[in-house]
Amino acid sequence: MQPKTLARLVPLAALLLALAGCGSNEPSGSSGGGAQGFTPPKVPMLQSLGAGEGSVNLVAWAGYVEDGSTDPKVDWVTPFEKATGCKVNVKVAATSDEMVQLMKSGQYDAVSASGDASLRLIAAGDVAPVNTSLVKNYADVFDALKMQPWNSVKGVAYGIPHGRGANLLMWRTDHVKPAPDSWGVVFDPSSPYKGKVTAYDSPIYIADAAVYLKATKPDLSITNPYELDDKQFQASVDLLKRQATVVGEYWSDYTKEIQAFKSGSSVVGTTWQIIANLAKADKAPVEVTLPKEGSTGWSDTWMVSSKATHPNCAYMWMDHIVSPKANAAVAEWFGEAPANRLACDQTADKSHCDTFHATDEAYFSKVAYWTTPIKDCGDARGQVCKDYSEWTRAWTEIKG
Amino acid sequence: MSASGGVLRPASRVLWRTPRLKLALLLSGPVGWLVVAYLGSLFVLLASAFWSTDSFTGNIVRRPTADNFRALLSGEVYRAITLRTLLLAVGVTVIDVLLGFPIAFYMAKVAGRRFRPLLLAALLTPLWASYLVKAYAWRVMVGAGGVLEWALAPVGGRAPGFGLTALWIVLAYLWLPYMILPIFAGLDRLPDSLLEASADLGAGAWRTFRAVILPLTLPAVVAGSIFTFSLTLGDYVAVNIVGGKTQMLGNVIYANVGAANNLPFAAALATVPVAIMLVYLLAARRAGALESL
Repeated sequence: MQPKTLARLVPLAALLLALAGCGSNEPSGSSGGGAQGFTPPKVPMLQSLGAGEGSVNLVAWAGYVEDGSTDPKVDWVTPFEKATGCKVNVKVAATSDEMVQLMKSGQYDAVSASGDASLRLIAAGDVAPVNTSLVKNYADVFDALKMQPWNSVKGVAYGIPHGRGANLLMWRTDHVKPAPDSWGVVFDPSSPYKGKVTAYDSPIYIADAAVYLKATKPDLSITNPYELDDKQFQASVDLLKRQATVVGEYWSDYTKEIQAFKSGSSVVGTTWQIIANLAKADKAPVEVTLPKEGSTGWSDTWMVSSKATHPNCAYMWMDHIVSPKANAAVAEWFGEAPANRLACDQTADKSHCDTFHATDEAYFSKVAYWTTPIKDCGDARGQVCKDYSEWTRAWTEIKG
Repeated sequence: MSASGGVLRPASRVLWRTPRLKLALLLSGPVGWLVVAYLGSLFVLLASAFWSTDSFTGNIVRRPTADNFRALLSGEVYRAITLRTLLLAVGVTVIDVLLGFPIAFYMAKVAGRRFRPLLLAALLTPLWASYLVKAYAWRVMVGAGGVLEWALAPVGGRAPGFGLTALWIVLAYLWLPYMILPIFAGLDRLPDSLLEASADLGAGAWRTFRAVILPLTLPAVVAGSIFTFSLTLGDYVAVNIVGGKTQMLGNVIYANVGAANNLPFAAALATVPVAIMLVYLLAARRAGALESL
């Protein structure tokens, strides 16, 4: 570069720095807040339900908002649209971070947030408290799901529980023999399935390694896979780095995983029940199990945006999705335990609620619901745990 | 005379008397677009690289900090990713030059007058098909049970599977027309008489190529390489489809925008390909390639 060009760049750089400085008086939000150790910004709650606005924009997990286009028999959107006149537009998100990002845009009215997104949305003021008295079916939701640390703050409800379940281990029955019953099969660096192992592409997957280490390396004394101190975190990251040598690809787009299992490009790895269902419908020889070490999982909550332009339709949707019939349909389709106790009578497979342990609190004590990792370990160790930004950074390093 | 004419007449008189004003008014539209929409967004990108996000709420914290660049420079993984992307861009460019030059030469110097438009059309048709469809088609081809596996199995070969090799093949395929077109244009401008003169003076085919064709078409090759190089540097779609677990600059930026929700860090990362391209373009200008674009 000639000195003259360089001289021309100097004012440019100055402008850049000036730009970087602007807006620095912005409130920095409530960083580092513990599970309940933060005060959410004041956002008004809807006081009474009005007429529908004609449409509603949702952010949801794949399989949560089905209008019959995936499978003509799977449709709980059309009856809702007919009954309320609210046309449903859905944006399927692949990770919780994507959901948080989409909700910040202010273009969506409601979101099916997992525990690793819900508190972040509340703390950022992106979602509003929910007036549960306006949601008729809330009364029949299991008490064990109401007012939990991931869907309420200081006694104020911020959402309507949707359902819960566990992340599963899926494998191709024609390639993987014998049938695995442990996560060990995906964490073995000398795996015979080298290059055909798959894993979920999100920093939250570090918790899956922690769940495995909790069961197999007791001397690390991991109590909660989302509250990892230096040593525990390093052990999990090291395990994942060794795993990376046998991983063929990481998935976050569920259609990509279905295709990979169907073609045999992936033969074993973590999955959701819905993916297994769709792969089986595509005639892929796959099976799933909940491994003996337990698993990570989710307890999802429908939340209303603080910038919702269709709040009435959003409330109607929340009421609809936890109504016995719709909640049963989504629970069976996605493969999870419903939130509404009356849904158990509405499922096509009458044993669904037993299979997915809808009322079995002992079972769910073994499932580590997705939670946002924060500095505060939540126990005697104090502020020494790794927060989510460190998880994100480590995730890039793991993939290399 | 109408009222508007009464206003327009003096206005046009002023413009006629001051041609500089006329020029300024004419150019203000396109230049405004270039400065505000195009360079402006680049400035916002660079400025936001100095912000950060709150790790808990995900909100953007607009307080200037160099943390993003510090993480970028100190992180070994980002150096590895940058190097990998750079090598891939070079690899794709080399393959495209090797494949594209003979094709372009055939089109410009060998093929008959009638045949040439047909070849040109055949070259351009793939550009009409969606990029995404082509990438997914390759996903099926390089994956397990795909055409490549079927074709290579009898000779003891293996399909590349998803990864760097597959990505190399797919990107070289996708950007090939962008390499052939400039070389074709460069060869087209090369007078046949020069080749004949070289032959008359006793030079063989190889000597003619080295001493006459290559020096005269080098700017065209460099121009083509600007396309293949920059397109590979920024690609994030093909990586996600056929790259397997490979991390490139493009998909790491994409992951930070979407999945990881860290826009400031994505902006910091995005300055890396911008810097590489600036250096590359300065070098290309030296080679005189910008005139043959």
